[in-house]
Amino acid sequence: MADNVKPRVRVPSDATAGEEITIKTLISHTMESGQRKDGDGNPIPRSIINRFTCTFNGEPVIDVTMEPAISTNPYFEFQAIVPESGTFEFTWYDDDGSVYTDSKEITVG
Amino acid sequence: MKLLFRGGVVAGALFAALAAQADEEANLVINGDIEITVRTDAPEHVAQLGTIYSGWVFRSDETQSLQMDDFENPGMIFVDDAIDAWNTVDGTAGNSCAACHGEPESLAGVRAVYPKWNDEAEEVRTIAMQVNGCRTERMGAEAWKYDGKEMINMEALIASVSRGMPVDVAIDGPAQSMWELGREIYYTRFGQLDLSCANCHEDNYGNNIRSDHLSQGQINGFPTYRLKNAQLNGVQSRFRGCIRDTRGETYGVGVEELIALELYVASRGNGLSVEGPSVRN
Repeated sequence: MADNVKPRVRVPSDATAGEEITIKTLISHTMESGQRKDGDGNPIPRSIINRFTCTFNGEPVIDVTMEPAISTNPYFEFQAIVPESGTFEFTWYDDDGSVYTDSKEITVG
Repeated sequence: MKLLFRGGVVAGALFAALAAQADEEANLVINGDIEITVRTDAPEHVAQLGTIYSGWVFRSDETQSLQMDDFENPGMIFVDDAIDAWNTVDGTAGNSCAACHGEPESLAGVRAVYPKWNDEAEEVRTIAMQVNGCRTERMGAEAWKYDGKEMINMEALIASVSRGMPVDVAIDGPAQSMWELGREIYYTRFGQLDLSCANCHEDNYGNNIRSDHLSQGQINGFPTYRLKNAQLNGVQSRFRGCIRDTRGETYGVGVEELIALELYVASRGNGLSVEGPSVRN
């Protein structure tokens, strides 16, 4: 497992029905591309987050395939319209099989 | 037709000039909560500057906005790492930082007054020296590398809890001789290019050196996350970078000359807010 991987998410805690809200996510990760070599000339194996998904009450919101050219600590910002109160689930999939998750509740009043 | 074309060029140039000025008029509020003093009257000992400016006002709109929200400030990722280190027991005494100091917020105000004279050690100490003092004497742990990752991260955490507080380093009393050494170095020309700190940061701030917009070289924002190397940078490493750019032989980090220079340059920013970890290009 890569070191110091920590997901961070910002979602407003409440919204009105049909309002477009902004979601920001960031995961600290080295995103080693596999193209680099270490001091002795040996290739450093690729180790990246290769997929990021967000769901709302089980419904898919966004599903991203990520590639080695994405730089360290990948950051995503996107909009969503929330019809009702519920939970956003965020999932990051690591090359090494690790899965990192976070979730945020939102109240629609 | 020709006249019209000319008009277009002039309008374009005017627009560019206004856009550049707009940056310098901006105000910095972090998280919509912490108000940062980015310009204020110069302290008496650098009265020739008139007004002192944080390096933040010299940066582009995009870079400025990164520092307005901790979520967008990449430096805060390293502060999180330092919070883990803060709570981790290390060394033979079985202590962590938290064992003595409690929450990091207990060190609020520390960044504003360092470098500072230490009575016991009878020397001017930077925060890095103080952290290593704690590690070796109170924790029985190994000293961190002066500008290594762990140290810079910890400095960023210590700075972050003082954000918004005015820098106020003491330049008189026992620290005075170090301060005078720092001032001498500030005005000494180094390297093949024969440049002193003052040539760029006092005589020419606001002008461009090739494509780089020169600031006053204030250090209230250190440690600084630089977009060019995507990591936190310590102030003495930055001094080394500047001296290297004059094509001079530079000092090592943690030596007397750079500690003196850090004290002197910090004092030139007395009155600006602590900003670290700041975001620069």
